[in-house]
Amino acid sequence: MGTYLIKRFFLMLLTLLGMSVIIFVMLRLMPGNIVDIMFDSAGFVDPLEKAEIEKELGLDRPIPVQYFDWIWGLMHWDLGFSYVSEMPAAEELGPRIPITAKLAIMALGFSVLFGVPLGVISAVKQDTALDYTLRVISLSGLSLPSFWLALLILMFSVAVFNDIPIYMEPPENLLDELLLFSIPAAAVGFRSSALIMRLTRSSMLEVLRQDYIRTARAKGASENSVNYSHALKNAFLPVTTIIGIEAAFLIGGLIITETVFNIPGVAHFLVEAILMRDYPIVQNLVMLIALIVVTVNFIVDLTYGALDPRIKYGS
Amino acid sequence: MYGKKLAVVAALSLFTAALGANVAYAQKSGGVLKAYHRGTPPSGSIHEEATNSTLTPYMPVMNNLVMYDQSIAINSLDTIVPDLAKSWSWSDDKLNLTFKLREGVKWHDGKPFTSADVKCTWWDLLLGNGGRKYKLRKNPRKAWYKNLKGVTTNGDHEVTFEFGRPQPAILTLLASGYSPVYPCHVSPKKMRTAPIGTGPFKFVKLKQNESVKFTKNTDYWKKDRPYLDAIEWTIIKSRSTRVLAFIAGKFDMTFNADLSVPLAQDVRAQAPTAVCERVMGASINLIVNQAKPPFDNANIRKAMVLTLDRKSAIQILSKGENRMGGAMSPPPQGVWGFTPEFIKTVAGFGPDVQANRVEARKLMEKEGYGPNNRLKVEVSTRNIASYRDPAVLLIDYMKEIYIDGTLKTIETSNWHATVARKDYMVGLNATAVGVDDPDANFFENYSCGSQRNYTGYCKPEMEKLFVEQSMMSDQKARAKLVLQIDKRLQEDAARPILYHNQNFTCKQAYVKGFVAHVNSLYNGWRMEDVWLDK
Repeated sequence: MGTYLIKRFFLMLLTLLGMSVIIFVMLRLMPGNIVDIMFDSAGFVDPLEKAEIEKELGLDRPIPVQYFDWIWGLMHWDLGFSYVSEMPAAEELGPRIPITAKLAIMALGFSVLFGVPLGVISAVKQDTALDYTLRVISLSGLSLPSFWLALLILMFSVAVFNDIPIYMEPPENLLDELLLFSIPAAAVGFRSSALIMRLTRSSMLEVLRQDYIRTARAKGASENSVNYSHALKNAFLPVTTIIGIEAAFLIGGLIITETVFNIPGVAHFLVEAILMRDYPIVQNLVMLIALIVVTVNFIVDLTYGALDPRIKYGS
Repeated sequence: MYGKKLAVVAALSLFTAALGANVAYAQKSGGVLKAYHRGTPPSGSIHEEATNSTLTPYMPVMNNLVMYDQSIAINSLDTIVPDLAKSWSWSDDKLNLTFKLREGVKWHDGKPFTSADVKCTWWDLLLGNGGRKYKLRKNPRKAWYKNLKGVTTNGDHEVTFEFGRPQPAILTLLASGYSPVYPCHVSPKKMRTAPIGTGPFKFVKLKQNESVKFTKNTDYWKKDRPYLDAIEWTIIKSRSTRVLAFIAGKFDMTFNADLSVPLAQDVRAQAPTAVCERVMGASINLIVNQAKPPFDNANIRKAMVLTLDRKSAIQILSKGENRMGGAMSPPPQGVWGFTPEFIKTVAGFGPDVQANRVEARKLMEKEGYGPNNRLKVEVSTRNIASYRDPAVLLIDYMKEIYIDGTLKTIETSNWHATVARKDYMVGLNATAVGVDDPDANFFENYSCGSQRNYTGYCKPEMEKLFVEQSMMSDQKARAKLVLQIDKRLQEDAARPILYHNQNFTCKQAYVKGFVAHVNSLYNGWRMEDVWLDK
């Protein structure tokens, strides 16, 4: 197990290093830089003034120098300055990360809490009216884009309640925060919940036909015990994989949801930073996302061992 | 005609003044004005930007020497009132303009405002004589002050602007929201991130993608102003969200000219008590790269002008609400634009589009093009709907004269860089003018060597005409000459105007004291007279 953990740790480091090179190079391959964008808001471009600003921002230095400068800074927890606000990048990112993290956790929680039980019910009640209804709901979840669903929620809210559930001010307490994030979390988690539900259903259907389930029933175990203790535990393995992958995909949904619900998180901020070619913000944020994704996948891999005793690492 | 326009301005002024007198007793102090903003302002430094994203929220931080009367909807030379200058006077030869400055005015950091600040704003910052200490990163309105040859102070409270030739209309430029006085003791970087002014509101904080907040300047030099305790702009990038939020009553005001014609109709239908005021937005224009063959050929450029069907474009894109005009904003909002009678005399603007196209095809045939030898071009534009839609129409119009266009969308943030590199053949652009005055528009967009003259149009005889109109103090005679200049600009395809956008700024009925300036987006946002009747 120890060897496996060390190997995985170094693999994670290697992945992150590769990501840092890719994001650094790709950003610079995009046409235009922050200075072009600065001049865009002034309605003209002056080549001399442009060169001066590029020099001021260090953009005139060779690309490898800029890269190592960034990595050196990262190692010393110096994330650089935002080109747009001229503020330290850490100050820009710091307050936004918890907002997106909370929203992501709530969205993932929503998708698991809805997806898994409904998937189990759908499997247990196979080919009944309830099963068909749940399958229609899950299909709609997969086919509705989250931005469209989010806008629909806003329009409905304004038309019916003459109110709009968007972020205007930081919430004063935990309850306010939960209420504020619940609708966006549901909007972004709906798609994942649909996917989890469909996978749980098919996985459950497969497991429910296994011999040991028949044995459990023959031993007189209750339906709930059979479904949740015996079947679900084994059916959950592929679902865990999907939850891990969905956690990474959530960031895409969050970009749209944060924009529509006006939530000042890092997902929306990342898109704005890309549009503005705010390299320090984009580089550091993408690295953070990469770190989260590799960590979540690492945790998912470790969870397999806990869920399935047949899986052993490093032996 | 200019007389008629002045009469309209005077009548509007009287009406507004009368209205103001009637409600004067009811003005209430206090409250926070909540408005939405369409995106994070690129910076807080008005002198470095050419966008209302910066100007609209930050104008209340600053003061000018003179400004447009905030209670009058149409800006003109006659609506200019004192601001930091108590009075002004011209020398007999009309080459020196002297301002007497207010005493006892303080910057938001407590330092006194003096004539040295005025001198450093224009001489050091805008004309670039201040060395490294006073260096602006960008200076988009350099062309406005081409004629300014010196700024001298006489004591702490008098300053004189010296000009190379008479320029009576310089006051219209100085009155723009784009002409605030900057503090000498504050660095340009600080002005970009946390600006300091003498204005009615102090900058508090900008949070990218979140909000920008201002609080009342309790030490403001104008007694009993401002009425509001604070102004808070919430930044909402999604247009659907922000408009729905305004309808739901979350905001007291929309952003400056944020609503298109259909959106304003939606707001009126869903929030009937809201007050939406029509303002002149940007002009949508055709830019032709005159350095790239075959567009260096005047006949081809003229043919492109003649094939434009402005009326149909206006009908299709705005249900007939946008306005037809030349470089100058058309009446009734604009003071200097083509009148309905005059417009018929301008080539390409006549009602018989088919006849124009017959002439255009003849010009194309003369240059060797025809049904079997069509000219292939790329039409570049920003990748946003308000640019793409007219660009598609333009391609359709050009098909009529043997030109096959393909749309090339440019990521919006790279648009000006592309234009500056001249990396386009034909482009579709939008131009908003800071001040509805020929001096601003002609020198900024059509004058030789101006940074914002995108097509590089440069004709010595036109330069002479620009200067001639600028020197005229008889505004009626000047208006006649301006019409002729504008006609030439359109017919020369300098930057042919397809139409002038009409946009709307909406506010809740309880927001009082705000008058939308209809012929410029950049001059009516001082906000010191705004109050909340709730």
